[in-house]
Amino acid sequence: MTPVLDLVDVTKVYGDGDAVVRALDGVSLTVNTGDYLAIMGASGSGKSTLMNIIGALDIATAGQYHLDGIDINTLDEDALSIVRNRKIGFIFQSFNLIPRTTALANVELPLAYRGVKRGERRDRAKAALTAVGLSDRMHHRPNELSGGQQQRVAVARALVAQPSLLLADEPTGNLDSRATADVLKLLDQMHDEGRTIVMITHENDVAQHADRVIVLKDGRIDEDRLNR
Amino acid sequence: MNLFESFRSGVQSILANRLRSGLTMLGIMIGVAAVIVLVAFGQGASNSITGSIEGLGTNLITVFPGTAGGAQADANLAVKDLTVDDAVALNDQVLAPDISAAAPTKRARVSCTAGTLSHSTAMVGSWPAYFEISNSEVSEGGYFTNSDELDGRRVAVIGKTVADNLFDEADPIGKEMTCNGVPFTVLGVLVSKGASGFGDQDDTIIAPLTTVRNHLTGIGSLDTIAVQAASSQTQAQAQEQLTAVLDARHDVEAATRDYQIFNQASLLTTVNQALGIFTALLGAVAAISLLVGGIGITNIMLVSVTERTREIGIRKAIGASRRVILLQFLIESTVLSLIGAFFGLVLAFLVTRVEVAGIQPAIVPASVLGAFVISVGIGLFFGSYPANRAASLRPIEALRHE
Repeated sequence: MTPVLDLVDVTKVYGDGDAVVRALDGVSLTVNTGDYLAIMGASGSGKSTLMNIIGALDIATAGQYHLDGIDINTLDEDALSIVRNRKIGFIFQSFNLIPRTTALANVELPLAYRGVKRGERRDRAKAALTAVGLSDRMHHRPNELSGGQQQRVAVARALVAQPSLLLADEPTGNLDSRATADVLKLLDQMHDEGRTIVMITHENDVAQHADRVIVLKDGRIDEDRLNR
Repeated sequence: MNLFESFRSGVQSILANRLRSGLTMLGIMIGVAAVIVLVAFGQGASNSITGSIEGLGTNLITVFPGTAGGAQADANLAVKDLTVDDAVALNDQVLAPDISAAAPTKRARVSCTAGTLSHSTAMVGSWPAYFEISNSEVSEGGYFTNSDELDGRRVAVIGKTVADNLFDEADPIGKEMTCNGVPFTVLGVLVSKGASGFGDQDDTIIAPLTTVRNHLTGIGSLDTIAVQAASSQTQAQAQEQLTAVLDARHDVEAATRDYQIFNQASLLTTVNQALGIFTALLGAVAAISLLVGGIGITNIMLVSVTERTREIGIRKAIGASRRVILLQFLIESTVLSLIGAFFGLVLAFLVTRVEVAGIQPAIVPASVLGAFVISVGIGLFFGSYPANRAASLRPIEALRHE
């Protein structure tokens, strides 16, 4: 079976000459369907760079990266946007909902970019919002929702297009403990449904929810352990 | 993401920033209104002047006495007056087949009274043919006849202004008025031609030539001979025949000619050319304000792109392609421009209802269409730079933007 993520010796270098920074220095990583992986590391360890590369927001300087069997390094900007749309569901630390736009319209957006018809789009978005427990908040705008609710809208938006990979970047970083518990429960639930999740975090108790934890240090994998 | 949805999202984001969008639209609105209004005024002026030239008569050629270099420019030239016999000769159907009528005129400044009312105006003495040559129809009453002219009867046809000033509300037909001490009976009132660049064309009295000469001016030189060509196509031939007849009678040739010709058709052409340039210049000046409005769009769209950098990043992260982002901002700027153009059009329609300096503006359909096409063009052109900037933002940097 093709792994969802297959990174071989991925390197990312910023700058040139004396100012060269090796943000990633030969990372190799395989994630299979249904895995729940947490990536940890101190700030400056390269976890954001890794997340950008996994999320097809940035291209590695060297090494191989296959997402669902697709060689990401060879794609141009437009092809990358299609990959992001179909293969990846993003959950960000700061929620990143489109302002002044209802929860429903936010969740519909990935489907709109994919060209799904209005009626179907609406139905799927409603189903996704119901799945995260926000069926009564569909027509609220982001500024009318609490942080936990906004993050649940973001989860619904990440899920609605049925991506191969759920990519969460510090999903609980801006949430209080109750909302954190809610969102983590939601992710556990997604994991139980068989979704592949990669989560970046620096909190140990958040990382405990994942099956497997890797710790980055100076752009390399320093530790790779299974939680259970 | 189809075009309709991009359009909806464009309108939504315009509505989200009402004040800013409104001010930007104002630039386009003023530009579009300026183009339409100024071109309409140019056209209105052209219509008014063309109308008053045509009001002077149909296919009119006017002959004046005097040399081209001014009266008596060359003392050696004996300037012959224009005479009634000249006019008679021009009516000769054999020598001048393309001239349908010719009538001598003699003008007199008169002050007239009727009852307690008085009015000063110009009286034209001529033949009955003059009514047709000068496009003067009566709305009430009738014309004077050849026998009135032969007998020198004291009858007159008056313009609307004269009728209003001398007889007020009363019916002037058959009434008497006294002009410079000479009593006249009013036979008819002329159809109104309206005021124009040539003054009030209704402020006139037409009377038989013999009467005017006998009672008011004396038998001197004629002022003009008004000549009507048979049709607009034969104006040139009519003018040739006219010069041939008069040259023979006055024993002159081109260099020594002692009369001048004023041709209405060639005047119309010249005036229309001049007015066309004038209108084009007005439009060009107005187009500059449209350009300034367009730069306003660029400016506001750049602000909008900067302000929404993060939003663009989010959209790109969830799969918006370059094309979608580009389209979104282009549609936004075009909708902004179009709405501005629409209000500009409404404004232009309101403004052009007002008559200014006697000119009734006439909206030129091409200028309305043009303004709309140009404003769409402005939206696309001036929106393309900011839209391109938005589309080529790198998602990671855009997402990091605060």
